[in-house]
Amino acid sequence: MASDLTLEEVVESMYKEVASVQGRKKLKPMDLQKMIYERFSDRADKRTCKKLGKEAIKELINSGRCVYSYYGGSFIELPPAEGVDK
Amino acid sequence: MSDTPLLDELEKGPWPSFVKEIKMAAKNSAMSQDLLDLLEKSYRDKIGYWKHGGIVGVMGYGGGVIGRYVAIPEQYPNVRHFHTIRVNQPAGWYYSTDALRAICDMWDEHGSGLTNMHGSTGDLVLLGTTTEELEPIFDELIKLEFDIGGSGSDVRTPSCCLGKSRCEWACFDTMEVCHKITMQYQDELHRPAFPYKWKFKFSGCPNDCVAAIARADISFIGTWRDDIQQDDAAVAEYAKTLNILRDVVERCPSRCMEWNGDKLTIDNDNCVHCMHCINAMPKALAPGKDRGCSILMGAKAPIIEGAMLSSMMIPFVKIDEEEDYEAVCEIVEEIWDIWSDEGKNRERIGEFIERVGKSNFLEAIGLEPIPEMVAHPRDNPYIFFEQEED
Ligand code: SF4
Ligand code: SF4
Repeated sequence: MASDLTLEEVVESMYKEVASVQGRKKLKPMDLQKMIYERFSDRADKRTCKKLGKEAIKELINSGRCVYSYYGGSFIELPPAEGVDK
Repeated sequence: MSDTPLLDELEKGPWPSFVKEIKMAAKNSAMSQDLLDLLEKSYRDKIGYWKHGGIVGVMGYGGGVIGRYVAIPEQYPNVRHFHTIRVNQPAGWYYSTDALRAICDMWDEHGSGLTNMHGSTGDLVLLGTTTEELEPIFDELIKLEFDIGGSGSDVRTPSCCLGKSRCEWACFDTMEVCHKITMQYQDELHRPAFPYKWKFKFSGCPNDCVAAIARADISFIGTWRDDIQQDDAAVAEYAKTLNILRDVVERCPSRCMEWNGDKLTIDNDNCVHCMHCINAMPKALAPGKDRGCSILMGAKAPIIEGAMLSSMMIPFVKIDEEEDYEAVCEIVEEIWDIWSDEGKNRERIGEFIERVGKSNFLEAIGLEPIPEMVAHPRDNPYIFFEQEED
């Protein structure tokens, strides 16, 4: 499927999702990948969604807008105060 | 009386003691002193005072730093943060003394000075630093041409035995393959994206010096498919000092050897490549010349319960040539795709295969089932036969 889905759209979509559940639910990178496919499956095939999803996570982490956390598994969330203070 | 009477007990006896090492480090490090006092308190109270996890790491990486905090920081302020850093070890654990000295000097400056050589995954482990020191440590490590290893739901730092560099039994170049895999999957190593951890381990022969079969999600274990190399003159030499019948032949697990007091005969078709006879008579026997590796999957070695051993996926493959290596990588990536899509949180690949059923798993990754994949006899009497369509 030819796709007009852009990396920026995927990045923003992921960021909004992470921000909207912050403090209530922890999202794994896999959850975000699946969400992107559910949201954009009419505009891009699974392979494209996966590739853009992976790049979007990289972008969110490298820009510091999101961080990885570890609570018995790896999650992605907004940069909060340090774990010790929680 | 000493301040640490309980820990002092662990210094007694002829074996090395971590207490002795922490005491030495404590002479120059307030962090190590607090660690020592806290540990004594833990032994006294029979309570562990550590919390771990949370959000610590270096910019861009999702693994390699394990956040550790003390639960009573007001009493032990110097170990308020006590994060662990995993450093990706060189293949086969070869270091120059200069490189080790440089890492230790850096660690004395930025951390507790305590190290663990090596962690069970294989990394060089630096024990105890603060959040503020993480980025400076990372910068220093990069200058020293080291990188951080894996942790969390990512590719854990691949590890291998020293293989062909020193061991004549190596059936493939473990160090080369381990290094290539490490470089190729940097993204997967530093950015956790899987349901849980994924460990690659490479052992050059079935002696399996890195315990791949017990620990790795995917194990590459060297093997051969021709006959064991046998030097009859050397066997005769062993016969002068070794009870070949009792200590070699009768201990062969597949009973495929014979010794008539003069001549050793091996029925190679029935040899299961356990290495026992080769280990017992290394000057007389050696793995065959047509060498490669077996690929097994699905081990895990958790601390409390539920250990699993790997089971066979591909009985023999050559991996030294580029195209063979690429074919193996294709299978690995196929497996990652399916596991990432369908795996549950914290489900290792061995557990995933058990849940979905090996036949479904094999079909999904496009591998034909073969008898070598059978891990144990079937214990379920109910069998579905599907009518093959013409
Ligand atoms: S696993 Fe085999 S090849 Fe590797 S070091 Fe051990 S004995 Fe040698
Ligand atoms: S390698 Fe093991 S199974 Fe094979 S002949 Fe030697 S002892 Fe027997």
